Amino acid sequence: MILRLLLNGKPVTTTIRPEQTLLSVLRENLGYTGAKEGCGVGECGACTVILGQRAVKSCTVLAAQCEGASVRTVEGLAQDDRLHPLQQAFIDHNAVQCGFCTGGFLLTAVALLERDPHPSRREIQEAISGNLCRCTGYVQIIDAIAACAAGEGSGEGQ
Amino acid sequence: MPLYGDGNKDSKGYTYINKFFPRVDAKDKVTGRAKYAADLTLPNMLLGGALFSPYPHAQVTSVNTEKARSIPGVRAVLTFQDLREEVSWGYYTFMSSRLRYQGDVSAIVAAEDGESLAKGLAAIEIEYQELPAVFTVAEALAAGAPLVHEGNEECAGNIWAHSRYRARKGDAEAAFAQCDRLIERVYETLPVEHAYMETEAAVAAPDPTAGLMTVYTGAVNPYFTRRWVADALGVPRAKIRIVQQTVGGSFGGKEELLGLTASRAALLAQATDCPVKMVMSREQSIIASTKRHPFLLKYKVGVNNDGRLQAFQAELIENVGAFHMHEFMNFRASVHAAGVYNIPNVKVDVFGVFTNTVTAGAMRGYSSPQLIFGSEQLYEEVAGELGMDYVAFKRLNMLRPGDENACGQKMESDIILPEILDQVFAATDFERKRAAYREQQDVRRKGVGMAMFYRGCGLGAESPDASAGFVCVHDDGSVMINSGLVENGQGLKTSFTQIVAETLSIPPETIHFIGVDTHTIPDSGITAASRSTVMGAQSVKLAAEELRDYLLATAAMMFHAEPSQVELREGMFRLTGVPDAVIPFQTVCNVHHWTGQQAGVMRWFKPAPLSYDMAAGQGKAFPTYSYGCVVAEVEVDTLTGEVTVERVTCGHDLGTVINHKIVEGQIYGGVLMGQGFALMEGLAVKDGLIRHKNFDTYMIATALDLPEIRVMLFESDDDAGTYGAKSIGEPATEGVAAAIISAVKNATGLTIRQIPINKVSLLTLLNRRSQAAATEDSLAGATEDSPAGAKENPQGAATENPKAGATENPKDKEGGEA
Ligand code: FES
Ligand code: FES
Repeated sequence: MILRLLLNGKPVTTTIRPEQTLLSVLRENLGYTGAKEGCGVGECGACTVILGQRAVKSCTVLAAQCEGASVRTVEGLAQDDRLHPLQQAFIDHNAVQCGFCTGGFLLTAVALLERDPHPSRREIQEAISGNLCRCTGYVQIIDAIAACAAGEGSGEGQ
Repeated sequence: MPLYGDGNKDSKGYTYINKFFPRVDAKDKVTGRAKYAADLTLPNMLLGGALFSPYPHAQVTSVNTEKARSIPGVRAVLTFQDLREEVSWGYYTFMSSRLRYQGDVSAIVAAEDGESLAKGLAAIEIEYQELPAVFTVAEALAAGAPLVHEGNEECAGNIWAHSRYRARKGDAEAAFAQCDRLIERVYETLPVEHAYMETEAAVAAPDPTAGLMTVYTGAVNPYFTRRWVADALGVPRAKIRIVQQTVGGSFGGKEELLGLTASRAALLAQATDCPVKMVMSREQSIIASTKRHPFLLKYKVGVNNDGRLQAFQAELIENVGAFHMHEFMNFRASVHAAGVYNIPNVKVDVFGVFTNTVTAGAMRGYSSPQLIFGSEQLYEEVAGELGMDYVAFKRLNMLRPGDENACGQKMESDIILPEILDQVFAATDFERKRAAYREQQDVRRKGVGMAMFYRGCGLGAESPDASAGFVCVHDDGSVMINSGLVENGQGLKTSFTQIVAETLSIPPETIHFIGVDTHTIPDSGITAASRSTVMGAQSVKLAAEELRDYLLATAAMMFHAEPSQVELREGMFRLTGVPDAVIPFQTVCNVHHWTGQQAGVMRWFKPAPLSYDMAAGQGKAFPTYSYGCVVAEVEVDTLTGEVTVERVTCGHDLGTVINHKIVEGQIYGGVLMGQGFALMEGLAVKDGLIRHKNFDTYMIATALDLPEIRVMLFESDDDAGTYGAKSIGEPATEGVAAAIISAVKNATGLTIRQIPINKVSLLTLLNRRSQAAATEDSLAGATEDSPAGAKENPQGAATENPKAGATENPKDKEGGEA
């Protein structure tokens, strides 16, 4: 069957099998590998993308149900070479280690800040609690999101 | 040396190290550009998959692949019958008819897409005969037990001969006879999953340009991966090229299953002459990858009434599962078994036992989190027996400069542990809280606990800690680093870049670190043991120093001066004493290139040899040690058994802090991993079969489990490591579980002898104690829960605090041998 998406603002069309997940279509059909498979069962958040306005775990979403939907992936966050403020904050706060979880956290955080530009630290923790990271212990990820929410464009630098 | 930070940031006077620099790989990772092995696609690429064993121990009696091969889209089906050599390293098999654990594989398939791959695997007609199996240490060591590696002398009696290590000092036996008291205890830990977010993946591509095969993968040691692949294909290592991809976490674990996955993909690629991608699902990864070694820790301690430790004896047995290649872990375990204490008589024996269950391998700490839990709890219990405060007891027996550790190595350099203890205790108000929490009766009880530890930096005497480093400069002034050590996410590329920047005195932005390609640089060993910054960066630094000398000569020529009159500072060559005589780095590099000067240097670094006698278990084991203390604060809900970790304060001896945010990141991650090891993460294995196969049942900490973490970094003067740096990757996690368990004891009075201890297990213990109190059971101190071999479930075991005086006798039942 044919699937049409608005992917990072651009219309795309691809032929899918009905049982394919959105994650598999993004990675295998469209070559968008920024969304990762960490568990395949909706538990780790490495596959997080923004569907419409909501951060979703794309391994649990049937692609066929996304006909015509807008999907944002980590590849679409930077505009040309200008990083999204959250991306810059992740760099400045050392919120990245192996990076496998990073895209998922960024998209969860983007959706959070679009919904609620000034979350408390606790609200940030709650929002990212569906994303697993084994490397960072979350502290610097929370720091980065909190700095962004506080309007600190590029973090603290040194 | 003072605490790092708080105005001391530049205390060591460096320009590009000893400060934050953003990770060099961060931009690629936040934009999704970084490629992990599973992200790759090559023309004509096939997908590979493996048929895993349904049994913990079985013999394949027949296999027929005809049907599988006839399925449309299936391009190759290989079984153990097609192999030239079944067995690889550590007795692991690429494929086999004898399946020794659930992660063993009998057949592999390559197909054009995922659907035909699944059909192909399902269509293999195979019959098994289930065999008698052993799962626990006790079962494996029982007389007449089934043998995991029948007919292999090195595995006789299910004990791995190569895994026997010992440490000896004085005469423990003789000393026991002289001591005021003997105390025996047994502790136990369960297997723990690495839970790196990226599962094992490899793309193998036939590649005549490289030799025979190029494999794209993310390994902890690409040179080991090369060995696995070369062995599988039966070709010299020079014909196999491993190109390292971004690694999605390793913690020591991207090794055995990664190597086997790469090898199986390569076998299929060879059979089909097409590139083959093989990616483990999370379930396959958990079933077949290695785990943190479950340990049975048996101790006997002799102590005098004044609190002085006189003798320490330990038998440490790990359940290694069906295969093993980490004999050196037990060297580290033997040296560190007694902890950071000065004990005149020591006898430590460590060995591994094979069973038909999940395999064990390197995991962050390499035995230390298990051993620190055991020995720190042990010393708390010993102090309790003496009626002494455990902190006073530990301070009394602590190693001091000039003392000898368990293997008789004299502690030559600075030991900043007393300073770390004082500052960490002051920062946490430790002593006041500890006293205040002792007599709580509320449902929710606070607790504070601590662990102190030391760690030999680098590989030490276990194997050559040698590595290659290459640095070259281009005519435009850009610099390239090549090293045989890998970026796992720990920040190695960034640290190495800062080290070269410091050495050349050029901004880190001009330096590019290329990933490991085994065709470009010699085998530099494993990126493990937290050795990279300490030891591995030395070769890179040496190469940069030599390159700097060549560039200084060119600059001198341009100044018409002597090299000794020229200096390189912050990207500029300067003629000493002539303020205006300045040439930019790039200009000199250009001239350097066009005058044909040497522009690249490869250097080899091998630390000064250590004199260690493995057979005797004595000598100089490590070039230097780093020290640390963790204080944990918890709240225990005695109605539900739930433990909330509220605050963890970590004091670590870093030598020199290369990049404090990277160090902090390591510590934050290490704390949560340690917390999991204490409270949530025992892998459930029932009769050799893993029950926790994905993150819906194997729980790791989320952002909501995060305690407040306070990091205190201490610097010291010790020139063994690169720019004086010491290890942090593993110290970050090794003392955390021990400190949390100590805090739970402070809150509840329960002595916990098996971890992880989950909610249910803790509640069981609490309930048992209240029942015992209700019936005024006079044997309240004794328990039926003494650990007995590696248990096959995640239930924690604990016992009540023995009543004073109840266990003076060394034949103490609860600590007794199972
Ligand atoms: S891969 Fe989708 S949640 Fe883990
Ligand atoms: S950075 Fe490695 S899993 Fe998050």
